[in-house]
Amino acid sequence: MTTLPRTARLTEPRPVRWAILAIALGFVALFLVVPLAAVFAQAFAKGFEAYRAAIVEPDAVAALKLTLLAAAVAVPLNVIFGLAAGWALGKFQFRGRHFLLTLIDLPFAVSPVISGLVFVLLFGRRGWLGPWIIDHGFQIVFAVPGIILATIFVSFPFVAREVIPIMEAIGTEEEEAARVLGAGGFQLFFRVTLPNIKWGLLYGVILANARAMGEFGAVSVVSGHIRGLTNTLPLHVEILYNEYNAQAAFAVASLLGCLAIVTLILKTVVESRVQRSARPAVHTAVEAMSWESKSAV
Amino acid sequence: MGIEVRGLTKTFGSFVAVKDVSLSVASGELYALLGPSGSGKTTLLRIIAGLETPDSGSVILEGEDATERNPRERRVGFVFQHYALFRHMSVFENVAFGLRVRPRASRPDEADIRRRVKELLELVQLDFMADRRPSELSGGQRQRVALARALAVEPKVLLLDEPFGALDARVRQELRRWLRRLHDDIHLTSVFVTHDQEEALELADRVAVMNHGVIEQDGTPDDVVERPATPFVISFLGTVNIFHGRVEGGRGIFGPLAVEYPVHADSQPRTAAAYTRPHEFDVSRAETGSGLWAVLEGVTASGAMARLELAGAHGGLIHAELGRDQFERLAVQPGDRLYVTPRKVRVFVE
Repeated sequence: MTTLPRTARLTEPRPVRWAILAIALGFVALFLVVPLAAVFAQAFAKGFEAYRAAIVEPDAVAALKLTLLAAAVAVPLNVIFGLAAGWALGKFQFRGRHFLLTLIDLPFAVSPVISGLVFVLLFGRRGWLGPWIIDHGFQIVFAVPGIILATIFVSFPFVAREVIPIMEAIGTEEEEAARVLGAGGFQLFFRVTLPNIKWGLLYGVILANARAMGEFGAVSVVSGHIRGLTNTLPLHVEILYNEYNAQAAFAVASLLGCLAIVTLILKTVVESRVQRSARPAVHTAVEAMSWESKSAV
Repeated sequence: MGIEVRGLTKTFGSFVAVKDVSLSVASGELYALLGPSGSGKTTLLRIIAGLETPDSGSVILEGEDATERNPRERRVGFVFQHYALFRHMSVFENVAFGLRVRPRASRPDEADIRRRVKELLELVQLDFMADRRPSELSGGQRQRVALARALAVEPKVLLLDEPFGALDARVRQELRRWLRRLHDDIHLTSVFVTHDQEEALELADRVAVMNHGVIEQDGTPDDVVERPATPFVISFLGTVNIFHGRVEGGRGIFGPLAVEYPVHADSQPRTAAAYTRPHEFDVSRAETGSGLWAVLEGVTASGAMARLELAGAHGGLIHAELGRDQFERLAVQPGDRLYVTPRKVRVFVE
């Protein structure tokens, strides 16, 4: 009987708890739920027919196709790179390892506009490599290759950042055991390494995909905004909005909104799997924290 | 010959892990690599398995030079210190792994694999655990799964890295005896690494004592205990009393102790030390020949033995061990003077 009031005193009084909760929920509602609802409300403001028309309009379809193409190229490349980086940085200690880890975070550190400008500077008409490339009949900036390059750049760290801490936590012993038991390189990768990292890898892929499809800044700089040719979905939304076609802009934006919701659901499911599969959990948590602190800087 | 290692050297940067080591393990023998951490024993084991590449030297397994072969071609079974079980596979699949990754031509069919895995799990008494994940097993059970997995590929030699290191004392005892029985049944050439001298002496047919990357002595447990070749071996294999002094003219003089030492008949004196184990002393109240006396400081009596801590007249501490009844017959108290006479003295010239 004597312990009850004492434990009650350990937490804040009820009104304070409710107030804190209300503030938190209010923020979520104001900044996340209301805008998302507004997107869908605006999209359907002129009825379903208008919504459908805005989405099947040829320029919108072209933008959707380009967005999917950019993601379809960027995400697999990031998987390959992420696995290679994870293997090298997670399983081996060598000089310059920390420098490489920092370098992988570069796309997070610089503004996307700058990353776009870098490609213009490199491959543009007056850029370092641009004239040579244009002479050989290729165009990178203000064309599809530029958009793909910019997308790869900005989504670059996601897979690697998920995979490296897991590989580090798991170590090399299982691979060594597999080698002694007679496994070849492919068997080793597909039977031992991949199953151990698959949830982390999938998590990275989801994040990389969301970024690749949603990127605006870097892509905007290299795109040139040629309708039906170099517009991705986010750029198309901007153009429509600037033309005071709010309903169409929000209709297209709702596609990106759906992508965000799907991403969040997948992320939640996969996240719990990652935590379950990457034992020893303590070690992984520490690694994850060191990552967080790094990205905070 | 089961395993033959010739002139192995391995360095990591400027650290020499293994220095020109040669050893041979007879077929069917259970061989221990014993040494403190950092003595190179695990590196040596990993070189034999092919998990490390030596800088120089060669490894011969069952008469075939395996130095250039990668681990998958060596047909060795390796039990890792932390077992390294595949965490996403069941116990059954862990054991079956070595059979499933074989090239198609030599891969047994599914029924054969099932039969073989079942046999192995019965051998390690874990057939009822086949569907569990490694994370659901105790340390001792994981250890046995790791062993079954290593045996599944019918290895020519079995290598175990600190096989009992991660287990608690009682399980360790049990598993040690079980492993010895298993070895007596299947007679597979085996090498295990340990830092626990008791484990090595109890389990192995032969022991190599390693220190700083070299083998200090290689012999039967009886050899290394009774006829230690170096001061390191005698110090590493349990408590020992050290008396510093010199040898000259066929005699050794170590403070109050004087012994015959015909090996060094030179009149030129050389520094040396005499080593005596605690149980190799005679302790009495009456003055004895050696003239070495000491004051009793403390006694710990556990089980059948009494451990005496004595402050020697020469200034050093002496550890002596007596049978319990013998100690009680002495009827001494801390502070009493006792005469200690070593029955056995081993002299090493520095």
